[in-house]
Amino acid sequence: MPLQVRDLVVRIRGLGKVVVDGVNLEVGKGEIVALMGPNGSGKSSLAYTIMGHPRYEVVSGDIVVDGESIVGLSPEERSLKGLFLGFQNPVEVEGVKLSNLIIASYNKRIGERDLLKTSNPRIIVEINKYASILGLRRELLYRDVNVGFSGGERKRSEMLQALILNPRYVILDEPDSGLDVDGVKVIANAIETLRSRNTGVLLITHYTRILRYVKPSRVYVMVNGRIVEKGGYELAEKIDREGYSVYQ
Amino acid sequence: MAGGGLEELAKIKSFDELLGIASTYPREIVLRGRIERGLIEEISRVKKEPDWMRRLRLRALELFEKLPTPKWVIGLDEIDLEEIAYYVKPLADRVESWDDLPQWIKDYYKKLGLPEIEARFLSGINTVFDSETVLHRVKEELRSKGVVMIPLEEALRKYPEFVKEYFGRVFPMSDHKFAALHYALWSGGVFVYVPPSVRVEQPIEAFFFVGSELEGQFEHTLIVMGEGSSLHFIEGCSAPMFKKYSFHDGMVELYVHRGAELKFTTVQNWSRNIVNFNNKRAIIEENGYVEWLEASIGSKLTYTYPTSILKGRGARTRNINVAISNGPFIKDTGGKAIHLAPNTHSILVSKSISSNRGLTVYRGLVRITRGAIGSTSHVQCDSLILDNTGKAYTYPRNEVEEPEAEVTHEATTGRLGEDQLFYLQSRGLSEGEAKSLIVLGFIRDVLQGLPLEYVSVLSKVIELEFSEYGGVG
Repeated sequence: MPLQVRDLVVRIRGLGKVVVDGVNLEVGKGEIVALMGPNGSGKSSLAYTIMGHPRYEVVSGDIVVDGESIVGLSPEERSLKGLFLGFQNPVEVEGVKLSNLIIASYNKRIGERDLLKTSNPRIIVEINKYASILGLRRELLYRDVNVGFSGGERKRSEMLQALILNPRYVILDEPDSGLDVDGVKVIANAIETLRSRNTGVLLITHYTRILRYVKPSRVYVMVNGRIVEKGGYELAEKIDREGYSVYQ
Repeated sequence: MAGGGLEELAKIKSFDELLGIASTYPREIVLRGRIERGLIEEISRVKKEPDWMRRLRLRALELFEKLPTPKWVIGLDEIDLEEIAYYVKPLADRVESWDDLPQWIKDYYKKLGLPEIEARFLSGINTVFDSETVLHRVKEELRSKGVVMIPLEEALRKYPEFVKEYFGRVFPMSDHKFAALHYALWSGGVFVYVPPSVRVEQPIEAFFFVGSELEGQFEHTLIVMGEGSSLHFIEGCSAPMFKKYSFHDGMVELYVHRGAELKFTTVQNWSRNIVNFNNKRAIIEENGYVEWLEASIGSKLTYTYPTSILKGRGARTRNINVAISNGPFIKDTGGKAIHLAPNTHSILVSKSISSNRGLTVYRGLVRITRGAIGSTSHVQCDSLILDNTGKAYTYPRNEVEEPEAEVTHEATTGRLGEDQLFYLQSRGLSEGEAKSLIVLGFIRDVLQGLPLEYVSVLSKVIELEFSEYGGVG
């Protein structure tokens, strides 16, 4: 059973502005699906809405995870149901060390009430292992979340959290932006690792660069809050050649 | 020990659940009514104290009547001083063993994990229930090192000249109206004397408990540190839930002789019905050191400004103030350092957290008198506001009369934004869990140096404060 977005209409709470306008979309288990589109097309709004950001209001339609609607659920409930959002610009959270955030999130999943307790020492080994694979300096694990992190370090930190928490579906909002070629390859490998664990991946990207390393089975193109085209990998190649101007 | 203890504490969902609603218990003496000579005389009589103490109380009463209510006191107007019982002696003899306590006191203490903490980490403990000490335990370490730790009333009988020399010397009764009130009504508390060069390894704890509403608690702690001695003293306080308020007007006097070091830690977790007034002051002689850690978590209203008077050359102090107002409560807290001698140094750190219409006020004072050359003071005030309704005010005040001294000041205000909260929630944490993680991180630095067990209890208290079940209340 997949992650499904059905006829979804979303507006910004209080403003009334519709940012997602009747979107249908599906991500199966172990599948990589790309969501492409120009800046301001509503891709990030869709990602936030799926994760339950209070600023976005679902006007109509549904979001379904493995057959169950999650629209009424809080962000933490969605997270515990197996959804993960890798943020495009993750915020700085002063006071919370990255390692503590990961341990606390992990403990929530295994039902450990003492959030900062390392009840399973293997988790530390795992964190270190994936930090090393992602090229994330170990000292960053003991710094406050994203505080003083470079753009690339933030992207790696988001992927690290996804790899440890092992979600059923990940939504990765431009995980490649601001990275050099080596960085893009590292992120692409991590996405492939998630896919190989049967995680469904919704890969939101503006550029096609990362799609040279991860091959999505399907590609959606979103413009002005609507899905304007869908297809296979060849659609990404077409956008690479022609850009988004044909849709505008 | 069956039931209670730290393990139990780790499992509870809220502090209100832990202590519950106040139950009734036998009380031997209850004195209430107008605060006047007759009441003071009666307290002095039931305490069978020396005449000089009776006269001191009466002097304090006169001052209380004369002095105006301090301008900085907000929110005290709802207290009707004539409604309160000023002296309450529960029907419990002072004992030295947990097992000899009446069951209803033992139950409270067990729920708070006190016997276990005492057994594992302390060299001595004194617990005051309402107005009197009900348990006093001194371990071998204190005995073998010649440390005196006894209830203050007993010290009055055993060491009258010594107590007379220090009592009221550090915190004058004329300081303000509620200091005078304290001296008129004081009861309960502990006297500690650490002989010169004696270093006490394990902390001593004093624990204060108010068992019923419309009650006043006026305990007095007096600690004298001999030259070159060292000690860590910990204060804890708690109360069950009441329908009406109770009033706490305690006092701490610390006299630190040359080269002595004293850490004084308070973990204040009164229930939401306590109006908490604290009077804490230290005099520090040459090269002496005092470290205050004042963690104000509970209560309805708290006023506390631990003060260090740096009297001798090279005296130092560190004053750490942590205040949490989660809910419609006020923490009016801060610290003061008075530099009277050359090369004296102070560091004042305040960390305040407010949310759910809570208000934190920092009031600080650094005074460097003329001649205190080479002295330095650094003040740091950090406020964290967790939502749109919490408020934090900061009133630091510097009075520097000595040009060859340096005072620096830093202040930061952080607000937990919607996006930060969403980020943490998107990782599976509830709003309360996210807030408690942030708060624990915010005060992480200042908790260093506390025994681990206290850090873990404090962490638990903070976690409960922001959990869905606890706090606000």
